[in-house]
Amino acid sequence: MYINPKLEQKVVQSILWLFTLITIFILFFIIFYILRKGLPVLNYAFLTTNPLDMGKSGGIYSTIIGTIALTIGALLVATPLGVGTAIYLNEYTRESKMTKVIRFGSECLAGIPSIIFGLFGFILFVTKLKMGWSILSGSLTMAFMLLPTIIRTSEEALKSVPYNYREVSYSLGGTRWQTVTKVVFPSALPGILTGIILSIGRSVGETAATIFTAGSALRMPTSIFSSSRTMAVHFYILAREGISMPNAYGTAAVLIITILFINIISYRMMHQYIKKYS
Amino acid sequence: MANFTIKAADFSHYFGANQTLKKINLDVYQNEILGIIGPAGSGKSTFLRSLNRLNDLIPGSRVEGTLTIDGQDIYDPEMSLVELRRKLGMVFATPTPLPRSIYENVAFGPKMAGLHNKTKLHELVTDCLNKTTLLEEVKDRLDTSALKLSGGQQQRLCVARILALKPEFILLDEPCSGLDPLSTMKIEESLRQLKKDYTIILVTNNTKQAARVADRTAFFLNGELIEIGQTEKLFTTPADQRTNDYISGRFG
Repeated sequence: MYINPKLEQKVVQSILWLFTLITIFILFFIIFYILRKGLPVLNYAFLTTNPLDMGKSGGIYSTIIGTIALTIGALLVATPLGVGTAIYLNEYTRESKMTKVIRFGSECLAGIPSIIFGLFGFILFVTKLKMGWSILSGSLTMAFMLLPTIIRTSEEALKSVPYNYREVSYSLGGTRWQTVTKVVFPSALPGILTGIILSIGRSVGETAATIFTAGSALRMPTSIFSSSRTMAVHFYILAREGISMPNAYGTAAVLIITILFINIISYRMMHQYIKKYS
Repeated sequence: MANFTIKAADFSHYFGANQTLKKINLDVYQNEILGIIGPAGSGKSTFLRSLNRLNDLIPGSRVEGTLTIDGQDIYDPEMSLVELRRKLGMVFATPTPLPRSIYENVAFGPKMAGLHNKTKLHELVTDCLNKTTLLEEVKDRLDTSALKLSGGQQQRLCVARILALKPEFILLDEPCSGLDPLSTMKIEESLRQLKKDYTIILVTNNTKQAARVADRTAFFLNGELIEIGQTEKLFTTPADQRTNDYISGRFG
């Protein structure tokens, strides 16, 4: 069957264009819808007062604090572990069965559904280690979820550092540690930071893993042993229990703005990084 | 000055099953420029990288025979690689400034060795830049990125950077391969100056460069040392036919 190449080109182009349009439309529709419903509720008081009456009235202050605390906690654990693993894999060992196993393991970790992480965190931290529903349990669980992202992005960043930087450092009498800390790591830092920022976005938006481990207490957390509700969990409970749809959308709007903001920052950083090193 | 020399005795090098250097016997005299010429893949760079053990970084690298520096076995397991590499400053084929300022590039080696005194560092950095005639050109912008320098300037910066280590030997691995004739001339001029204080091994693809600056020249072919001798003699009356073929441009 003969198809006019010009016609074929046009048809294919239109179909692909339509697909792209649909994708973008869905994205903008979600953002637009949430913001339209949520922005009217948003004001200074909404951000700075604690929820009252199960969240029916009042703001979301304690959930913002809970989200920040949990995310910082998760990063404090995941960053050294993840970056350290990446440095070990990339700088301290040669490719071997062992490194392949480690890498495969971390990839598998990335594919595990977050609810499983939640369940695991609940069993290990909340009950077995008796940490209870707390920011600590939530942070540790979240840290495990973030590890693969941080390892992967850090490894990519380390790999993009030109090999001859290492040679130069060694040839100038640098030890391996000096080479890693003074030459390789600084050059890879922007890429590593991009990965960490992406993880922040993931942590802020996570529900399943945190509801099982950090719980859903609405009180202002007083320590890392307090149970706390994150914004994402707050939204879920408000919407699911039908407590207050306006407040649910308000929370969702704050969430979506935060995540957009984080993505824009990381995109910018990645861009600058690529410009600088290629 | 102590009697620093490098001595290779039946020195062989392998990458996996591949023998890249075959029983090399060679002495390097103090304060000379030894040129090493040979076609690509002749093992001349491998020899240079065996001296400061940069080949160790490559999996499957292994040596036989002995290679000594100041009477010490370079491949002695007790040998401190950090000290060895400070003794043997190396300049690579492509200019390799680190993404730091001009000043920081030169101060890099001494800082890693633990020198942090600011006045002493500054003195050392300016002195080393001066020795490579780069100081005049960059003295007003020592804190700008070294990546902004021209190729020739970058290469002289790399020479200054190894001088800051106070090495005994300077190893140059085709240092002018990517440079224009004027920059090449400046590097060669620096080498003649540096010869007074250092022993220099210059690996080069450019036979004329060896003829211009080297006191003695060695010719490598397929991992073998074919001939070594006074540069003038090697270039006018080579003992081996293969040397003659190479320098007269019949191959390579």
